[in-house]
Parts: sequence; structure tokens; C-alpha cells
Amino acid sequence: MDLTLRIWRQDGPESPGGFVTYQVTGVSADASFLEMLDLLNEQLTEAGDEPVVFESDCREGICGTCGLMVDGKPHGPWEAAAVCQLHMRAYADGDMITVEPWRADAFPVIRDLVVDRSPFDRIIEAGGYISVPTGAAPDANAIPVAKETADEAFEGAVCIGCGACVAACPNGAAQLFTAAKIAHLNLLPQGQPERDARTADMVDTMEQFFGSCTNHAECQAACPKNISIDLIAMMNRDYARAKLRRRGGGAMT
Amino acid sequence: MADDGARMATTHQRHTRARLGAQTAQPLRRRGSLLAELYRSAVGKKYAMAISGLVLMVYVLLHLAGNLKLYAGAESMNAYAAWLRVMGEPVLPEGGALWAVRVILIVAVIVHIAAAAQLTAMNRADFASRTMRWSGVIVGLFIVYHLADLTFGWLNPNPDFAHGSTAYGNVVASFSNPVVAGLYIVANLALGLHLYHGAWSLFQSMGWSNPAVKPWRRGFAIAFAVVVAAGNISFPIAVLTGAVA
Repeated sequence: MDLTLRIWRQDGPESPGGFVTYQVTGVSADASFLEMLDLLNEQLTEAGDEPVVFESDCREGICGTCGLMVDGKPHGPWEAAAVCQLHMRAYADGDMITVEPWRADAFPVIRDLVVDRSPFDRIIEAGGYISVPTGAAPDANAIPVAKETADEAFEGAVCIGCGACVAACPNGAAQLFTAAKIAHLNLLPQGQPERDARTADMVDTMEQFFGSCTNHAECQAACPKNISIDLIAMMNRDYARAKLRRRGGGAMT
Repeated sequence: MADDGARMATTHQRHTRARLGAQTAQPLRRRGSLLAELYRSAVGKKYAMAISGLVLMVYVLLHLAGNLKLYAGAESMNAYAAWLRVMGEPVLPEGGALWAVRVILIVAVIVHIAAAAQLTAMNRADFASRTMRWSGVIVGLFIVYHLADLTFGWLNPNPDFAHGSTAYGNVVASFSNPVVAGLYIVANLALGLHLYHGAWSLFQSMGWSNPAVKPWRRGFAIAFAVVVAAGNISFPIAVLTGAVA
């Protein structure tokens, strides 16, 4: 199929950007969305134009590297799929598709469709880990974890950190990302010793970079991993508990 | 990458140092300052909004329940209005309980609006559903008018207006004017929308997401908003249609 693409082109964080219209020809319905962009870049290169810069890595929906606004929806029209899992059979010959980078104050555009998501790294650094003595790996069953607990923690652990939640949020808030990362560790026994410090430090760091939640649930709708905003409620509860129980500053920062 | 590695190392050292020192070096803080620290965050302000909102939700429901006396006739309504002034007696002086409730409401309204304003400033851009902002402003302005009309009587058209004994006549006199009745209807539609989003957000902001509560949140918010809005709107309609005169 042949498609018309309106793609955001921007040379750098400070330079002005704008939409440029391209024609891409001979796209297979079996191609993924990113393969379609690869094809466009081949055609642009052959024509002597600069290829469109975009990020990708695993191309199977587990790494969180790719992330594009496709026709105004994070990761495009398919539910519970990253843009690398979107396939061109979702489109018909002659369609026009608008492709933009994530739009959020905390995520400046580096170039074209690539944004700087390092504020997510700052949140993880603030407490998205457990402190364990190094040495031999402990036995897998040394700490029993109930099946229900493991399942619940896994619902948070599936977050790939793509940033779709931030891009979808009218406030540019990172509540869903932070809540998923906190829930993943706070629900497991290994996460308990640092639970209060982790929650307080990660939320405080989040608020330095991002807007705040107003319960629109747009993030939940955009999430390629279908993470529920129930985890945000849990984060709110843990945060209040952490702030009211703690005697002083963060143990993690 | 090398840059990243260096940063990770320093961060890790910082964490280790902090962990070793934190438990002993930090002084015990009083609970008051812990609450203040919680409030400094946006999440904390949402708690303030949720708790003050809950107080106002309870009030608005009791307010509706009391006003249903309108359908029981003038005597019943006026007796209820008079009782509001003496409730709590003889333990409390006349008007004591009434003023206690008023003080709680005033504090709740101030906290609710202040937290909303601060969150808006923090978010710079677009705090709250746009719906929450305009519905909140409409409800806020309406309350000012409502108090001037039926509480203080400044704008009430009833020539016999008296505090605590002519409630029925005051309401009928006020709602007989279609413009005033329309104002009450519009304001209560805005209140319904505000309560719908607010009642649902309450669970989220307070972190009430346990499996027993989860399936009821949406239904509760819809039911609460519809009951309050429909109940309040029924009063001006009843007066306009002559069902209550």
C-alpha cells in the first residue's frame, strides 16, 4: 500500500520543529509500523534526504524504547500494544498518518521523534531498587511469596518505561510510571525494609519534574501494558504512610 | 555511557552514606511538621482536597435530607429550621452546634479551594479536569448567592423573612422567580458534575483501592451525584409547577 505520512521534524531541542509530508510506497500489510518507517527512511536516503530519527530496540514490546504519537494516540490505535507491535494491516492504501514525538514539558525533543526521557531515570535512582548484600544469588524459594502477591507485583513490573502515560496526561504527570515501579517493589517481601523511604523519595523526585495527577485515567488508556491506575491509589496511600511514619529525611537519598 | 556510569557510582555512594547515617542522625519530628511536610507535596494536597471534599459531601447529603421536609409542608420545614438552632441543647448553647458545623464547613471550603489553587499553580498548565474548574467556580459563586438568599436573607424576596422560623416561605418566595429557580437548577447541574468526578477521585486520592471497594467506586460516584443533584433540582421545579406553594 501507499501512504501519506505527516511527520514531525526538528533538528534539536532549541530549534523550531514542524510537520513535513512524505509519501511512502510499497508498504506491506504484514510490516510493523517501525518497519514502515524503516522503508520510508530507505526511500528518503535514496532520494538524498535526511532520514527521520526515531528510537527502537527490541521491536517486540518489552523494552520501552520506541514511543510515538500516532494520529494523536500514544503508540497508535491498537490497545495494549507498543508502537513496534502495531502492524500496517491497521491501515488501508491511501491513508494519511500523523506521527509525532511524545509531547511533555519533562521530555524535551532531542531530534525529530526522539525525546529525552531521563527524568524517569532520576525517579528510578531515587528508590526504584532494593539494597541487597552482593555475593552468591540467594535460593529462589528462600523467601516465600504468595501467588496473588506475585501476580499483583507483576502488574507493576510489566511497566516498560516508555513514557506513553506522561504523553497522554493533560498535566504531563508521571504518576502511572512511578506507581508501577513503586508497586512492583512495595508489594514484595524484598521491598519491605525500604518501603517508606522508597515511596517518599520516588514521589518527591517525580514531583520535581512532572505535573500532578487529576484522575483523568488517560494514562491507563494509553499504557501499552494495560497498567491500572489502582496502582496510583496504592502509591498515594503508601506516600501518606511514609511521610507520616518517617522520622526525618529519606533513607534512600 | 561513561558519563552515566560515573553518575551511577556517585549516586550509589550517596545512597550508602545516607543509609548508614539516616536512622541515627535525624531528630524525631513532631507529627504536626510531618503533616506539613506531607502537604508540601502534590500528593499531600490531593489528600487535603479529598478530606475536605468528603466533609462537604457529607454536608451536602445532610442538607438535602433536611430540605426534603419541604415536601412535608410548611410546619414541618419551619420546625426543622428552628430545631437547627437549638440542636445540641442543653449541652451546647443555642446556635452552638449550628456554628460548630458552620466553622467546620468554612474550614473545609477554605482548604478545598486553597489546595486547588496551589495545585493549579504547581501544575502551571492545566490542573483538574476543565470540568472541575468551571463547575467548582460555578458552585462557589452559587454558594455566595445561596447564603445571601436563604441564610442571611439579604436577597430573599419574602417580606416576612425571619431567621429560623420562615424557611418554607423563604424557599417558596425565592423559587417563585423563574430566573432564580433557573439559577438553582444550573448550579446544581454543575454541582452534580463536580460531585461525580470528586466522589470518584476521592477513592483514588485517599488510596482506597482494595478489592472490596473497587467495583463500587464508579457506581457510588454516579449515584451520589445523581441523588444530590436531582434532589436539589426537584425543589425549584416543585415550586415552579405549583406542587409546593
